[in-house]
Amino acid sequence: MIALLIRDLRLAFRAGGGFGLGLGFFLILAVLVPLGVGPDQTTLGLIAPGILWIGALLACLLSLDRLFALDFEDGSLDLLATSPIPLEGVVAIKALAHWLTTCLPLALAAPVLGILLNLPGPAYGALILSLLVGTPALSIIGAFGAALTVGLKRGGLLLSLLVLPLYVPTLVFGAQTVTRAAQGLDLTTPLLLLGGLTAGSVALLPFAAAFALRINLR
Amino acid sequence: MELVVTDLAVSRGGLPLLEALSFTLGAGRALVLRGPNGSGKTTLLRTLAGLQPPLHGTISCPRDQMTYAAHADGLKSTLTVAENLQFWAAIHGQTGVEDALSAMNLSDLADRQAHNLSAGQKRRLGLARLLVTGRWLWVLDEPTVSLDVASVALFADVVRAHLSRGGAALLATHIDMGLPEATVLDLTPYKATMACNFGFDGAFDEAFL
Repeated sequence: MIALLIRDLRLAFRAGGGFGLGLGFFLILAVLVPLGVGPDQTTLGLIAPGILWIGALLACLLSLDRLFALDFEDGSLDLLATSPIPLEGVVAIKALAHWLTTCLPLALAAPVLGILLNLPGPAYGALILSLLVGTPALSIIGAFGAALTVGLKRGGLLLSLLVLPLYVPTLVFGAQTVTRAAQGLDLTTPLLLLGGLTAGSVALLPFAAAFALRINLR
Repeated sequence: MELVVTDLAVSRGGLPLLEALSFTLGAGRALVLRGPNGSGKTTLLRTLAGLQPPLHGTISCPRDQMTYAAHADGLKSTLTVAENLQFWAAIHGQTGVEDALSAMNLSDLADRQAHNLSAGQKRRLGLARLLVTGRWLWVLDEPTVSLDVASVALFADVVRAHLSRGGAALLATHIDMGLPEATVLDLTPYKATMACNFGFDGAFDEAFL
């Protein structure tokens, strides 16, 4: 399993691996929003939590269709399915690799981009924390969507449509956590709900995704 | 150890291809499947490898005793030859990457990225993977595609060495691989003639086709 994680990380960092794609998108969004909305600092500070979370979510979505499609095309998925590693483990590891290469850099870069959006001071810790707690759910839900659409040509559109509704709870509670922190309110409840969503997704979806993969490999 | 297939029926895309297929493959034996294009060789091999369920019948060999080599080699183009092989060895908890490389005459290419290989070299690397799986039964789907005569002979030697270690091989191929000891099974007589009597699962699948 570790070998699979190392391979996926290595592939992501090699040329053409797609590392930095999500980060670049996130950066572009955070730079363009102040230009589009205007320089009013109060407005920017008000919308910053929501914009940062939407940006992170879309950036995460951007690289999802490659998660299983590349392995499906070159035949490795067939070989992994007949290897000693259970498919549930393959799904979990690939989602973890996606999180490490896409979502973790987003969480670490978010505070810098928060400055561009005039995010209020007390919210920075909550921003990193909520992204770290919430984005694993985005990766594993996305892995489930990618598993459902793996055999389809240009499955990216269908994938987005399938996955976006499932992303909504994470977005709502993630943005709410940051907003409440910005207003100086207690953020325990949204943060716990966010953690609950992540824990539930990580526990259940590898099995659902592995089942979808088995059907698509037939 | 033995692979026993009893009264097997397989289907592709809801269409039954083969039926009433029974054969036995023991240790040290090779079985070559013959049949025209579309006769169900690949479907049969995928069923045996556990990638799709059989329509009917039983397969006695446990899934963790066989390894499958498809048309696609499962190589990552940005990894080197050695890295590709090391990955599959690690997945199967095996070592012996060096031996596998030299057995398939790839030692000189070990540090080259896979996308710089020729089609035949890629195929050789895909076949070298078999050596690092440590599995008893090799299920091979047209292993000699894009190999030259010398490489086919090299691979025949590798298969023969595997058989002499007590392994077994099931090959679908159109050319003569130079394995005189292999039994040949022509799939033509097993072609599915009538629409199979679908069970509940079949009918359920049909609804979505």
